[in-house]
Amino acid sequence: MSQARSYDAIIAGGGHNGLTAGAYLARAGLSVLVVERSDIVGGAAVSRELEPGWTYSNCSYVCSLLRPEVARDLDLARHGLQVIPYTGGASFTKGGEYFAYHHDQRALEREIARLSPRDVEGYERFARAVTRQCRFVRPLLLRSAPDPASFHPRDLGELLFLLRRLHDLGEREMGEAVRFWTASVGDFLDGFIEHPLIKAHLAGSGIIGTGLGVYSPGTAYVLLHHYMGDLDGAIGAWGFARGGMGAVSAALAGALRAAGGEIRVNAEVERILVKDGAAAGVVLKGGEEIRAPLVASNMDAKRTFLGCVEPGALPDDFLDAVRRFRIRGSSAKLNIALDGPPVFPAVKGEAPFLSGDLHASESLLELEAAYDDWKEGRFSAAPYFDMLIPSRIDPTMAPPGAHMASIFVQYAPYDLARDGVRDPAHWDEAAREGLKAAVLDKIEAVSPGFRGLIRHSELRAPVDIEREVGLSEGNIFQGELTFDQLLFNRPVPGWARHRSPLPGLWLVGSSAHPGGGVMAAAGANAAREILRDMKRGGRDEAAFRAA
Amino acid sequence: MSRAPSLSGPLPGPFHPRLEAASTAKDWADWAGVLSPRKLDATGREYFAIRNQAALIDISPMRKYRIEGPEAERVLNRVVTRDVAKIAPGRVGYALWCDEDGMAIDDGTIFRLGPERFRLCCQERMLTWLIDAAEGLDAAVSDETEALAALALQGPTSFSVLEAAGLQVSSLRPFDLAEPEPGLLVSRTGFTGDLGYELWIATEHALALWDRLIEAGRVFGILPAGMEALDMARIEAGFPMTGFDFQSIHAAERPSRGRTPFELGLGRHVDFAKGHFNGRRALLALKEEPPKRRLVTLDIDGSRAASGALLYRRGMFGRWREVGHVTSALWSPTAKRNVAFAEIEGEAEGADLFAEIYLFKEGKWERRMARARPGPRAAFRPDRARATPPARR
Repeated sequence: MSQARSYDAIIAGGGHNGLTAGAYLARAGLSVLVVERSDIVGGAAVSRELEPGWTYSNCSYVCSLLRPEVARDLDLARHGLQVIPYTGGASFTKGGEYFAYHHDQRALEREIARLSPRDVEGYERFARAVTRQCRFVRPLLLRSAPDPASFHPRDLGELLFLLRRLHDLGEREMGEAVRFWTASVGDFLDGFIEHPLIKAHLAGSGIIGTGLGVYSPGTAYVLLHHYMGDLDGAIGAWGFARGGMGAVSAALAGALRAAGGEIRVNAEVERILVKDGAAAGVVLKGGEEIRAPLVASNMDAKRTFLGCVEPGALPDDFLDAVRRFRIRGSSAKLNIALDGPPVFPAVKGEAPFLSGDLHASESLLELEAAYDDWKEGRFSAAPYFDMLIPSRIDPTMAPPGAHMASIFVQYAPYDLARDGVRDPAHWDEAAREGLKAAVLDKIEAVSPGFRGLIRHSELRAPVDIEREVGLSEGNIFQGELTFDQLLFNRPVPGWARHRSPLPGLWLVGSSAHPGGGVMAAAGANAAREILRDMKRGGRDEAAFRAA
Repeated sequence: MSRAPSLSGPLPGPFHPRLEAASTAKDWADWAGVLSPRKLDATGREYFAIRNQAALIDISPMRKYRIEGPEAERVLNRVVTRDVAKIAPGRVGYALWCDEDGMAIDDGTIFRLGPERFRLCCQERMLTWLIDAAEGLDAAVSDETEALAALALQGPTSFSVLEAAGLQVSSLRPFDLAEPEPGLLVSRTGFTGDLGYELWIATEHALALWDRLIEAGRVFGILPAGMEALDMARIEAGFPMTGFDFQSIHAAERPSRGRTPFELGLGRHVDFAKGHFNGRRALLALKEEPPKRRLVTLDIDGSRAASGALLYRRGMFGRWREVGHVTSALWSPTAKRNVAFAEIEGEAEGADLFAEIYLFKEGKWERRMARARPGPRAAFRPDRARATPPARR
């Protein structure tokens, strides 16, 4: 065997959180190696050119939640990251009607009033309720979750912080907060808005990436999670990373290297080395051993603890809890290179909202029916989709005049049912073509001629996302974002501080608090916990608190 | 004989019909007497057109002067602090100029159209100042502000737009100028610190040029932009602006507002070797002294722009001591930094400073003391701004 190199820390998996954690650790003076199984870093935040001239954000496709504190600490702009906001969006109906979610306030008022005069105020109240809750939740993102059963001063402090913020809300808002954390997005919207198309447009954020329907409790929080981001102070605004989501990962990798960290691609972790009851490094596929007293896993909780740690090194009750962690795949991704701009005949002329998120779901009932298919192990016959055409704004994504469409599709089960048997292997060519056809039928109905523009396309079923990115069951959040799996319960009760029962093994990905969405929060928080453990807090710690 | 009184308020400029049609915000400002858009639709989108695609900005209200004749170079060399002889024909140069006491009047760009033909572009009226400087020299000065329309086309796809419009400018390096068609001057210049061009054409051909660029730019994301977006870009690029970051000594009621090029961080544009120029003697005397104040760029904590903030440092017994003020401020959406131009006392340079920021939060002002550190002169300066051949996107 070749001579084993050793580092202070090995990051197992070069997703955006692994790169973030690695960059912070390297800046604190640790020797850091990131090992990544794929040929490029980024995990689900990658850009690939599958058709010459067209750049695909293959998995993750839009950016909002990336913590500005991290972008600033790590100087991601200097490392090439530019996030360009897109404004607005629209939901189209088969009948040739549409609801445009205008960025301009006056246009939005007029648009809502056109469909339903009552909903103008209803929408205002809805928006206010969401922003109030955002104000409450956002500061928690870059803090460690408190352990409610602990009497450690730091836990008490964090718990007090949480309670004080809750208290500041007042009794009524506290009630709203609890409703928000537990209610369904459907019930929540029903309380404000009456027009089905407007509700359908807004409800999408509540189900994206989640194996739940619009009337399943807990989905209101998922909506909140998608509104928590901001771009340059505009809360809830989303944007494109110029050059695709790979630009986020490339900038993080640049920051990591600038701080002295190393990256190895095509290096898959087969198992985490355990010596004397503690993590001692990693063994790569092929047998190479790399040693480090600290292994930070960017893999999800299941893949880390069930897949890469030898049985017996972790207690049974912990493993049981990890097995129960819900991380079901619910979505697919369709990326399309287009020879020209898609046309939406319902819209006269050119409109900026076409550069936003486009949908063709007409009601909450339709969305609920799409979920019913998923429960039964089928992909939705009439799927929900979230389509963006980043090339309308980002000139680097496609040749001039041509376009690329990034289409998030829900619902698609991980283990497709066939003849009463559920198995991921059922995702064969026919199944993929079937799902693609279901999506394209819906698009074609509102944008005739769309199919004729297709030059190249790729469909990523949950099983493909698992195989290519390594996310268990293809779940985009590394674990569903429901209240039972959030805060001090994420990923499992008692282990919310990025630590694990195996000393030296840390969890730095989105399976940890505060969850997924290309926030870089889990990676940054984990690095802070690790450095605190090593008594190397210092500057970054102060920077976090100031943030 | 009777006549109508002179018109009040700002008047439409050469591109007004197109600006009016593009304006949904109806947010107009008075720029040197010309009706100019603060924004046409939304400042954010217009700003990102500059940094991500291409923005088309009417800069016709800039003052434009023609200086022509065998001794035109000498006229300009009397006025500005740099050596105009070093600007070759076909080149553009940055320059600033001072009064006899070495206090800055304005800054701008000098276009050398030929060995004996120049154009000076700037913010302030400079006709009399130039005519006075031409006294006794063989050169004619004329004001072509109204005769000449000007557009800034700025952003990473700006070259692609010009190419699609059939204009051959691929060989232009930064600060080069060319005449790709008779009567149309294109310079690779701008106030954004990005890849970009400025186009100069007789006013009667203005609208046709606008239409041609908009049409060619359609697939490159061209967007008309207003003054707010341009102001954001110039702060990011680290370009100080007369009237904001310093006061023209000609306009100042308080002579103490005068600032030397050294205080503005523009000392490298002062050339004592070239012979006499306005303010030379005074500047020579000030050259060796440490400047009393300095225009600096700051990187401020938090994300709220520190517009107008007073700057403090901790003095004796923890008391705040005022040491300067912010002159322009911006949360930079591209650099993701809270940047500002500020004037500080010379001895406070490099010290720990705090900006006193007032935030209006739903009916109530809140005060925040935010740490302010020295920042780079340009928060954002992409490589594409300098690369030749130019980037296409």
